[in-house]
Parts: sequence; structure tokens; C-alpha cells
Amino acid sequence: MTEKKTLFIDGKEVEIENERNILELCRKAGIDIPTFCYQPELSIYGACRLCLVEIEGRGILSSCSTPPEAGLKIKTNTDEIRKLRRMTMELLLASHPQDCLKCGKSTHCKLQEIARKVGVKEIRYKHSVKDLPVDDSSYSLIRDPAKCILCGNCVRMCAEVQGIGAVNFANRGSNSVVITAFGKDMAKTECVNCGQCAAVCPTGALQIKSEIDETMKDINNPEKITVVQMAPAVRVAIAEEFGLPPGIDSTKKIVAALKKIGVDYVYDTNFTADMTIVEEATEFVHRLQNGGTFPMFTSCCPAWIKYAETYYPSLLNNISSCRSPQGMFGAVVRKAMPGLTGKDNKDIVSISIMPCTAKKFEARRDQFIHDGKAEIDHVLTTQELAEMLKSAGINLVEMDDVDLDMPLGMYTGAGVIFGVTGGVMEAVLRFAAEKIGGIKNAIEFKNVRGEEGIREAEVELNGRTFKLAVVHGLANAGKVAQEVVDGTCKYDLIEVMACPMGCVGGAGQPVSEGLVKKKLRAQGLYNADEHCALRKSQENTAVYEVYEKYFEGGPATHAAHENLHTTYVARPKTDLELDMNRTAKDAVRVELNLSGENMRKGVENLMGDVFAKIRENGLQQQTKVVVTFGHTGDDPMVTVAGKTVEPEADKVVEAIKAVK
Amino acid sequence: MTENLEKIASDYKEMHDTVTRRMIICAGTGCIANGSLKLYDALLKETKQAGINVSVELKTEDHSKKSLLSKSGCQGFCQMGPLLSIEPDGILYCRAHAADAAEIVEKTLKNNEVIDRLVYKNPTDGSHCRGTNDIPFYTRQRRTVLKACGHVDPEDIREYIYHDGYKAAQKAYTEMTDETVCKEILDSGLRGRGGGGFPTGLKWDLTRKVQGDKKYVICNADEGDPGAFMDRSVMEGNPHSVIEGMMIAARGIGADEGYIYVRAEYPLAVKRMRKAIDDAEKLGILGNNIFGSGKNFILHVMEGAGAFVCGEETALMASIEGNRGMPRPKPPFPAQSGLWGKPTVINNVETLASVPMIILKGAGNYRSVGTEKSPGTKTFAVTGHVANTGLIEVPFGTTLREIIFDIGGGVLNSKGEVDNDCFKAVQIGGPSGGCLTAEHLDLPIDFDSLRSAGAMVGSGGLVVMNKNTCMVSVARFFMQFTQNESCGKCTPCREGTKQMLALLDDIMAGRATEETLDLLEETAKTVQKASLCGLGKTAPNPVLSTLRYFRDEYLAHVRDKTCPTGQCKALAKPEIDPILCRGCTACARKCPVGAITGTVKQPHSIDPTKCIKCGACAAACKFGAVKGIAPRA
Repeated sequence: MTEKKTLFIDGKEVEIENERNILELCRKAGIDIPTFCYQPELSIYGACRLCLVEIEGRGILSSCSTPPEAGLKIKTNTDEIRKLRRMTMELLLASHPQDCLKCGKSTHCKLQEIARKVGVKEIRYKHSVKDLPVDDSSYSLIRDPAKCILCGNCVRMCAEVQGIGAVNFANRGSNSVVITAFGKDMAKTECVNCGQCAAVCPTGALQIKSEIDETMKDINNPEKITVVQMAPAVRVAIAEEFGLPPGIDSTKKIVAALKKIGVDYVYDTNFTADMTIVEEATEFVHRLQNGGTFPMFTSCCPAWIKYAETYYPSLLNNISSCRSPQGMFGAVVRKAMPGLTGKDNKDIVSISIMPCTAKKFEARRDQFIHDGKAEIDHVLTTQELAEMLKSAGINLVEMDDVDLDMPLGMYTGAGVIFGVTGGVMEAVLRFAAEKIGGIKNAIEFKNVRGEEGIREAEVELNGRTFKLAVVHGLANAGKVAQEVVDGTCKYDLIEVMACPMGCVGGAGQPVSEGLVKKKLRAQGLYNADEHCALRKSQENTAVYEVYEKYFEGGPATHAAHENLHTTYVARPKTDLELDMNRTAKDAVRVELNLSGENMRKGVENLMGDVFAKIRENGLQQQTKVVVTFGHTGDDPMVTVAGKTVEPEADKVVEAIKAVK
Repeated sequence: MTENLEKIASDYKEMHDTVTRRMIICAGTGCIANGSLKLYDALLKETKQAGINVSVELKTEDHSKKSLLSKSGCQGFCQMGPLLSIEPDGILYCRAHAADAAEIVEKTLKNNEVIDRLVYKNPTDGSHCRGTNDIPFYTRQRRTVLKACGHVDPEDIREYIYHDGYKAAQKAYTEMTDETVCKEILDSGLRGRGGGGFPTGLKWDLTRKVQGDKKYVICNADEGDPGAFMDRSVMEGNPHSVIEGMMIAARGIGADEGYIYVRAEYPLAVKRMRKAIDDAEKLGILGNNIFGSGKNFILHVMEGAGAFVCGEETALMASIEGNRGMPRPKPPFPAQSGLWGKPTVINNVETLASVPMIILKGAGNYRSVGTEKSPGTKTFAVTGHVANTGLIEVPFGTTLREIIFDIGGGVLNSKGEVDNDCFKAVQIGGPSGGCLTAEHLDLPIDFDSLRSAGAMVGSGGLVVMNKNTCMVSVARFFMQFTQNESCGKCTPCREGTKQMLALLDDIMAGRATEETLDLLEETAKTVQKASLCGLGKTAPNPVLSTLRYFRDEYLAHVRDKTCPTGQCKALAKPEIDPILCRGCTACARKCPVGAITGTVKQPHSIDPTKCIKCGACAAACKFGAVKGIAPRA
């Protein structure tokens, strides 16, 4: 047995286990060190300098970037450290807009919280705020760069966890900003609206775009019938906003609260989750029997869809054409509600409550809008719902239980677990085991559960082994997608959810650092599943009734295809790259090297010329243009398939043709 | 496999023995800017016309006796450029231009006469100095790293080899082990010349001990301190010494690949480094199976990203990797996880250029110069109010007095005359350094003495200031620089330098109180202690050192709202001393706004409502009668 390693924090001996840094160890010892830029799931950045501690013999160091070593003597709260932290906060606040009362992040703001904690009482510096415009182009997010304290959490979240990099730093010193590529509006970038940047933003620089006012207006309008669908992950998180721990199933209290503020019908997205299983499993079988495209990816997650449309347009046929459960519910509402209410669709307001910011974008996709009228009118996040209830003076936890409305409130356990990574796969398996494998009582498939970013499982059905993968985090999804492009992918079916732990970790949920709370919410969903009398989607009789009434009697009918399936479009990352196919396996790689020297030679003009010529010659689908910055000057300026080419657009095109 | 160095050296000697006279034109950036290449062309033309057998390149087949006209790197005495040395005559012509070429050919080359007009005149006694053997600027120096700069042709690898070049690398690769290489450097006591002064041998040995299939050596040539140009001079003047130093470092730690990260604003250094690498590759000195050792080393030149912070080692590595040049916290240190996560040694140019001679002559020899804790020599870029500006090299332990008054030739007053009583301060170590005063003049300079005095060796910038210099303005100047160059990553540096600059502006504009000074000092200490990287940690040094040594001057700004030197325009209160004023009207004639009135031979006066505080009056007055404002021509 190895000896225990310990160190001393404020005189108390603390055992070192597998802590990543002194900050984690201090937290374990019950001391919450203030920090903005440390996030357990992201790389260590060391920028905010709030987490300073004093280590005997080494001086003052940032605890986030210092690994624990046996015998260290650490002080966390000396006069000097208190002074340094306070002044660092004072410096931050001097450059921060001091309009907290009007800020959407107020009372949830980490800047406020830590300013109070370190005891800032005055700001002795000149107050100067960057004059930067607010970007509200996105359906999901509002970016207010003047409020940014440059902790870099959004930058690292987007790049490291989601593999995108829609935002990054520009400029130097006090002019530094976090910016999109070429300063474009968020809506015109590769941003997939997952909102994870906002989830780790300590200030109001990135906020979820609120739809509360529009929603309340419709609820308060007596002419309108309001219909709510609520996604599974919402119910196990919203109570956190009212002081309860994560994982508690608040479904019936949410129904009560919504009814109390005037919502007419409260249904459950779980209903269409069950419907998705029926529809998607049918599609899977159809692909199997008809030589369809494999592997098949799930399509529930709108951030994943936009990611694939942007980065892997060649794989769009691999993605299930089924709408997401939100999308299906949108269609069902428009089909069923006029009959149920006697009202015209124009007076029926479809509201969805989601753990997700990307669902706001999804609801505005062209495919879900007909003659200018959206199927879904408003998408609220869990956070917004909590805020809306609070603004109405309602404390969720004091609500009595009220049941969901029927028939669209009927669901099975399989629908419930849609909100957690692996849940869609497990729901599929419950369906497939019975329908394909003929196994009656296969319910729990625990090998697809867990927190690993990419999980693999196998299942044997009817004599055939299916290889499955469950992925969360788009960086992980990108790895699997690239395998498909490269022809090395060994899976048949892949579930993708963009957010850490799946929808329970969605950016619309109450803010939670790291995975701890997210895992509790996931457990909450599994518990709710266990408590369901029905646990397989095929047992949801209401789903079949709806099929019967509105969709020609079953899945994969013409009506089902019309209303419950959708299409995808290839999207550019930014205007600059338009239609270059970046991922085709045999694409010719053209590399433009923008080193310092090359910049002087005008390579940026060349870049535009090359793009234009490639398009002119119709070579977009066969070309992958890569622009590198600050390479070694030794390297050639332009290469095509690894060979140096004269820096002229014509020569580049010639070379591409030669390779082809 | 490397070619035979001895053969190359002996071949070169044979060729070089045919040279009877050598004219070396300084082709450092400064002299080129002053027209040294035109002088080169003119000399070539004139010598040919005069029928003198002149070559510009030595060729093996040519056995005739001849003169050699060559270009060198920086010879150091930049202020006097373009420089032309003539050997073996021992002549150094200063400010020699193309127009002088005919005379040089006629008098010196043909008739062996020294042209007095072109040699250096000692300002203290007016004597003519023939060359580097009697010019005080040179005689008081000890040039080792810079020795070959100014003598050898930097673009001729054969000459480098002739002067024992690559012998140290050969020794390291064929006779030494990685351990003994590191030990030799450790024993030499060589400390990093980039500013930090960390023991180089220790850095190497730590990296050597880290297990890894791939290791890197990086030469930090992103010299960014304003006014410092020693690294550029070494790269331009003796690029092979840097390559050889890197090869030895690679041998010591077990690396097979290296990067030279050169400031992109140094095109000549980039060009010469690239050529030197090409030449070394052609001879098999770089590449595979070096000196038959079975070891490989390849070297790349990478141009910097144009940010001062890229000189910080972790930012530099991020920049090589193609990322934004921003520092990251240490640990992990580059020795553990450097470039692309591999163990990496990163050394400054001057450090690496010092390595070959240590390996060749031994640690003991190296230690014979300098101080116990800081052995060897250090280059300084001397500038400011000093008679001789340029690049110098002195042993550690030399005093500021020797540098400023002997090598530098003394302090210049506002009229440009040598007046040593005018000395006020010297700023050492660039924007990260601090200001020292007359009381430090006899302080032997080394890494530790400067640090305890509140300055630092830094990259070796040395700015001499006379009594007309406002120390608050000096602090502001450097603050502006670091504020601009902060990468913006960590809060204290990004926000702190911005606010310190604003506070200094307040002080200079008369908007400040004594509380401002306290806040400035407190902020400076926070930035110093809490910043992420060296840039932020040292950025407050100019402010802290001036607050420490010139607090009275700050107090005058905030308490009395005056700038004692009259440099701060907003605080200037120009007035004419009626006793000193002779009524010559010179000031009134120079005043651009007609603010000065008075009759001839009567004391004049300034109308403060009209005065724009330009300082033209003070510059015009021959009697020192204009007070309260610094003269500006």
C-alpha cells in the first residue's frame, strides 16, 4: 500500500487524491477559491488571477494552474491575497458596465458574486467601458462584448468541447475582445446555437435570448389557445432555480404552475419522443432492408444538425430524416389541436419549454415554417420558465401536483430518458429488441449509459450484431463523423447530443459547473423512467392513436413523411468559404500559408482569387482549402496536394485538375 | 555525414593568405540605413579604376595577391556609421560615405595615409583615434560574443569554420555525452541572457532528464525591447554561432529539431539565418548523422507574429504552433511540456552564441571573466543622453560609471555637450527594467545586483538620462509600451497597465493628488505579484523604481502641480527671469503665437493666456532666462 500524500491548506492537512490542481483540493477541503476562468471540464487557462494562493517558499501562485505536491504549505486567505483579489476585482469592474440593474444576468452573475465575496467597496479607477455593439442576430444568444471580462471560458468551451471555435480573441491588451470570425454576426457564423458558451460565461456578455415577454403576451391574450410541450430534461432541473437539489422530477408542479399563469394545455415532448422512436426505428429497418446509407446518426439534437450541416455536409444522408421530438410535436399540435379545441391554427399558440438554446434556432428553420407561420411560436428554456414563473410571483415548489393533459401528455419511460446521453439509443434498443429481436422484456441497456464522451456498445438482434455508439460533445461527434468520412467507422447507429451529459446539461438549464449536477439530473431521469408503468415507446397507445387519426395510420406513411420528417442543408462556415467541401475523403488539399512574410506578398488577395477560381471551375466538391496562419516561413506559400504551386489562382486550379 | 572541417579551414587559410589588405564595411542594419552599401559599391568602383586588385569573394583557384572588400555584421559603434575597417592597418573610418571612396583609395589604399577627417575624434581631448585599438568605446569593452561580428563575413561559412567555427559542435557530438555537455554549461555558470538570468546548464539538464522520444531546441530571437538590438546584431553578424549553440543544446538535451523564432521586423537577420542554415546543411553540419555521430538535427527559421509578448517563452511556443501568441501558466515548464507538448529548451540568441566558446575553451576559462554568480560578458545597447551610443559588450561586474562615462564617453546635456554633472538616471533592462540613479554608478552590474536595486539586466537596454528628463514621463513612456503590448489575457496586466497609464496621465496633467500616488503604487504591486507572465510581472518596474528613487519629482507633480524639468506641458509655467534676461528679443522672435512682449535690452515677459507651452522660447534663449519649461527646438 502506498503512503498517503498530503499537503497543508491553511494549516489543515489535506490528502491529495487525483485532484487536478490546488484549487480543486481547496474546494475539497471546503474552501471555495474565487475564480472566473477555471472550469473543471475545460483546459487550464490561468487568466483571471482571482484564485491566487500563497505557497510557502514559492510565493503567490494561481491555484488553478499549480498541481498539488506533497508537503506544500498553502495559505488561501492572507491579508496580501485578500488585497490582491480585491484590487484585481476593482480593476475588472472599472472596465465593466455598471448597469447591473438592467442586466439579464443580474443576481446570477459571477462578477457580482465575487465582487461581493472579495469585498469591493469602491472603484478608485476611471470607469471606462468598451464601446462595442450588442449582437442579437442569433435566435438563441445575445452577445454583449462590453460586458466581457475575457476569461476565455466561451472560447475554450466552443473549441475544446464542441470542436468549433466560433469565437476567439482578437486585438491586444485592454483592446482585447472575444469576437466571431471577421467580426460577423453570430447568426452568420458556424455557431451551432448550443449555448454552452453562455453556460460558462460568468457575466452578461453571453446570454440566452429571452422570449418571455412574447410568450406571456400570448398567454394573457384571451383570443389565443396556448399549448405547451415540455422536454424531458426540464423537469429534473427547474427546481434548482427554486432552491431544491438537482434530479427531482417536477413534472406535475410545472403543469400546475403553467396552468396557474394561464396556459391552456400542458403536454409533454416525451410523447413525440416515443413517436420519434417508432418513426426512427422504422426508418432504420427500412435502410437495412433497402440498402440505405449507413451508419445512421440520430437527429434529435439541433446543435448537432447544424454542426453536421456546416462541417460534414457529405454526411447529411447519414442522419435520420426524422424530425426532433420538438419538431414532431410542432406538427402534431397543428394537426390535432384545431380538432381538440375547435380553434383555428392561427389562434393556437405552440410553446415549447426546452433545456436547450439551439431549439430556439430549430423552431425557426425554414422546414418548420409554412406560409410565414411557424409551427412553434415560442421556445423557452428552463431558465426562462423559472424566470417567467418568478415574475408571476409563483414558487414552483409550493405548487400542488397537477397531471399533464391527455392525449399528448402520455409517455413511456423510453421518452423520458431522451434527455440524457445514451437515452435515445436505449429507447431505440427497447423498441428494436422487441420488434426486431423478438425479445419481450428487454428494458434496461446500461451499457449505453455513462459519461464517457464516446461510448460503444453491441447488441445482437435476430442473429445480426449491431455496433452502436453514443456520443456527447460535438468535438467527439466530429471525431466519429470524420471516421465515417474516412471510411473507418465501424458503427451502425450513432446517437449524438451536443451538450455535456446530453440535454440535462443543455445551456438552457440552470447554470451548473462541471458534471456533478448534470449527473444528478441524469439520474433523476433514469429514476423517472423506472417509475413509469410503461417503459417502451411501442407501448404508448396515444402515439398510435395519433398516427391513426392524423398520419394515415402509422409510421413511414406518406403523411408521416410529410409531417414528421425533415430535410437538411449544407451550410457555409462563414461567407468566406461558401461551398468548399471540406470533408470529402478524396478532396484535393489546397493549403494557403499566411505567414508574416506571405502576408506582405498579398496572400490575402490570393485567397479570394483562389476561392473564386475554384468555384468558377466547379471544383468545390473536390477541393479542401485550408488556410494556415503564422506557419514557418520555410514552408511554401501555396501547396496543392502537398506540392508547391506558384501563388496564382490559375496555377492552383491547374494543379487541382492535374491531381484529379 | 559532415564534411571535414579542418580541410575547409585550411583551404580557407590558403585563400585568405593571398589577401594583403581587407576592407570591411559594416553591413549591419544601422550602417546600411546610413548608406554603407553605397560606400561598398563606390569603393569597388574606385579601386578598380585605380587598378588595385580587389576581390569581393575568395575563390580557391585564385592565388594572386589581392585586397578583399567584404561586408560584416554590426560593428557596434552605430552612431558613427557607416563604418569601414581596414586591416591589417588597424584603421576604423567613421561616417564614411560613398563620396569619400575616391579619397580613401587614393590616400589610404595607395599611399597608406590615414585620413584624419574620417577617424574618430575623442571628444574629451580632441585627439584622433586610428581605430579600435585606441577608441575608448572599443578599448574598454570585452567583446567575446560580439567579437566576430564586425570582422567575419556573416554569409561565408568557410570563414566561420576558419575561426574554429563548429569545432565546439564537433567536440560535443563526437567526444562528449549529453551529460557532459550539460555539465560543462552548468559549470560555466552561464545564465540566460534573455532577461531572467536562469542558469542555462540547469535548464538543459532538466530537459535532458525528461524522457521523451521527441525534444526541441528553440532560439528566442523575438527581440522586442525598444532600443535593444544585440540579438539582431549577432544574427546578422555571426549567425553560425547561434546555429552552433543550438546544435550543442540539442546534443545536450537529446533534441533533433529546432526553431529559430526571429522577429519578423528583422528581415536581414532572417535572411542571414536562413542562408547560414542552408550553408550548414550543404556541408552536412546540420542534417542527418552529424559528424558521424548518428545524431540528427534540423533547424527551421520562423518569423515572429509581431507582438512583444511573443518573446515570452510560452507565448512564443503557442505562436510557433500556429496559435495566438498568449502565455500560459507555468508549470508545466517547457522542459516538461514545451513545443507541441514535447520537452523543449528555449534560449535567447546571446546565450546560445556564448555556448560554443564554453565548450571549446572550457567552463573554467569562461568563469575567468565576470562575477562569481554572473560569469561571462553581457552586451548592452547604450543610448540616450550619452556621447557614444551603440552596442557594447562588457564583463559582468563592470560598473555603470565605466559604461556611461568611459565607454559611453560621458553624459550629454540638453545642448548636446559632454557634461557629466548632468547625469540623472539610467534605465536598464528596457520596459521591464527600472531606473537607477547616481548612487548606483559604482554598482558592479550583474543579474542579482540589478534586481536588488529594482532594475534588471533584461535584454540589456541601457538608456542614459540627463537632468532635463522628467522621470514621470519616462515611467509613462514605458507604461505606454507595456500597456500596448500586453496580450490582454490576464486581468492584472490587461486592466492594471491601462489604469496605471491613466493614473500617470493624471499626474502629468495636474489632475492627481497624493492619493493617486498611493493607488499607483498599490496597483503596480498588484500587477507585479498577480500577473500571469513575465511581461506583466515586470511591467510595473519603471513605475516602481522611479517612485522609489524619484518620489520627490512625483510629489512635485501632484502636490505643487509643477514638473521640475518643465517637460510636462500641462504643468509647465513658463516665465522669464528678469535678472537673467538681456532683452535680446530672440525668444519673442521665435514665439509662434506672439505671447512674448518686451522692448530691446529690457526684460521680456510671457503672457500665459496666449502661451501654448511649446518651449521654443527656452530653446532660443542663450542666457537661460526662460524658466519653468523644457526647451524644444
